[in-house]
Amino acid sequence: MLIRRNPFAESPEREVTDPALYLRRREFVVAAGVAAGTVLLPGCGRAEDAAKPEAPKGVTSPEGFRTDEEQTPFEKASSYNNFYEFGTDKEDPRANSGAFLPKPWSVAIEGEVAKPGAVALEDLVKVSALQERIYRMRCVEAWSMVIPWRGVPLGEVLARFEPTSRAKYVAFTTVLRPEQMPGQRRNVLDWPYVEGLRIDEAMHPLTLLATGMYGRDLPNQNGAPLRLVVPWKYGFKGIKSIVKIRLQETQPPTTWNISAPREYGFYANVNPEVDHPRWTQKRERRIGEFSKRKTLMFNGYEDQVAALYSGMDLAVNF
Amino acid sequence: MRRRWLHAAVIAAGLTPLAWLALRAWRGELEAEPIKDVTHQTGIWTLRLLLASLAVTPLRKLTGVAALAPYRRTLGLLAFSYATLHLLTYALLDLWGAWDTLIEDVLKRPYITVGFAGFLCLVPLAVTSTRAWVRRLGKRWVQLHRLVYVAGVAGCLHFLWLVKKDVREPLIYSGILAALFAARVLLRLRPSWAAATKARKSASLSASS
Repeated sequence: MLIRRNPFAESPEREVTDPALYLRRREFVVAAGVAAGTVLLPGCGRAEDAAKPEAPKGVTSPEGFRTDEEQTPFEKASSYNNFYEFGTDKEDPRANSGAFLPKPWSVAIEGEVAKPGAVALEDLVKVSALQERIYRMRCVEAWSMVIPWRGVPLGEVLARFEPTSRAKYVAFTTVLRPEQMPGQRRNVLDWPYVEGLRIDEAMHPLTLLATGMYGRDLPNQNGAPLRLVVPWKYGFKGIKSIVKIRLQETQPPTTWNISAPREYGFYANVNPEVDHPRWTQKRERRIGEFSKRKTLMFNGYEDQVAALYSGMDLAVNF
Repeated sequence: MRRRWLHAAVIAAGLTPLAWLALRAWRGELEAEPIKDVTHQTGIWTLRLLLASLAVTPLRKLTGVAALAPYRRTLGLLAFSYATLHLLTYALLDLWGAWDTLIEDVLKRPYITVGFAGFLCLVPLAVTSTRAWVRRLGKRWVQLHRLVYVAGVAGCLHFLWLVKKDVREPLIYSGILAALFAARVLLRLRPSWAAATKARKSASLSASS
């Protein structure tokens, strides 16, 4: 019998870093960086080499928000990415994101909120509030992964800025830095990347603003330092490296929809019944598996989210 | 003798991508979606070798090097081999256990329809590639083998229609195909270009002998 040990199962207590030490980790990183900088060429280090913080003790895992399916190895989840800002091949983002600087970072909260403003990332997503969520991730290209994210529910963050009654939609914008993001130097898509959610989708407890995965900070290629995770929608809704969150009354434009409106809708809910015009969405290949598995309605989150779309024709609102 | 070595070298070079793919598979270095990786690699090499095969005749006419002629068949058969692997990877590995979608794919997805049509064009060409068939078919062999143009166009369309957004690469291949067509048309309209080189060639040959 094959006994498979899940390397991502809960860490034993002894492996959990003392929070006091964890909060000082940057001092160590800076010190190590200075030391390394004296011997190594600057800019050669990769973010994930520099900082590998253990999950802080405050990380909680609410029931119902973590699948116990086998997790995709970190190596795969960080080397097979669609992040066109760093190139259109799956392995480009890891290869081309080394010069990207995810720190310092601030996010502008704008529009229909009582308290708009620019907020430093540390204040927007408090370390003490971080939760771990293990979600299925289904790409529109018919492959999928299982990824342990670390972040805070978007709804909790938005509530702090007090959305007004006119806040019907949330619009997100990725940073525009062609000097650090070589993919932005070509007009493959309209830069910067923009995405959006309806307010009830944004406030849904499954919707996560993530700053980490696999117990560490997000690697640059996965959307450092802040990205959206909406597990019942296709992966391209999960906008990366967010610098602006705007609440507004009208439905915001979204990058892939602008690029190919017939192929990518605003909702982009995972739906095995609605094919992409050029390929089927009935099945998907879970990374690491040989045969394809059936794609689940709303990526398996039907019980939690189907009510958001009751009465809507999902073939029209794809 | 030298020619035979050269021929063997061309075949070896044509099989190198396959060997490299096998090595990467064996060492577990394929991309996160290994089957897609194999599908893409065998597909792109089909197109490259097909274009290389199509380049032989214009090149021969322009340079006047008649010894190039046999490579058209060699490269064409290599292209057919990769096309077969490409199709088998897709139909057997990619659709493993979901063969009901094969027919749906071929009928409903234009890029698969056109890719499959391109493969079907190559089958009779591969079958009739032997000397016996050339002799048996005579003039009709030439007509039949014009199907390779159809296969080339199908291959480029197949590539163009399947990419999500970045059409740069398929456009490069389409451009090369268009250039090869243009070269053929020009050589037909202005046989003097080819003839001139032939004349030069024979002149230089007689001068050196």
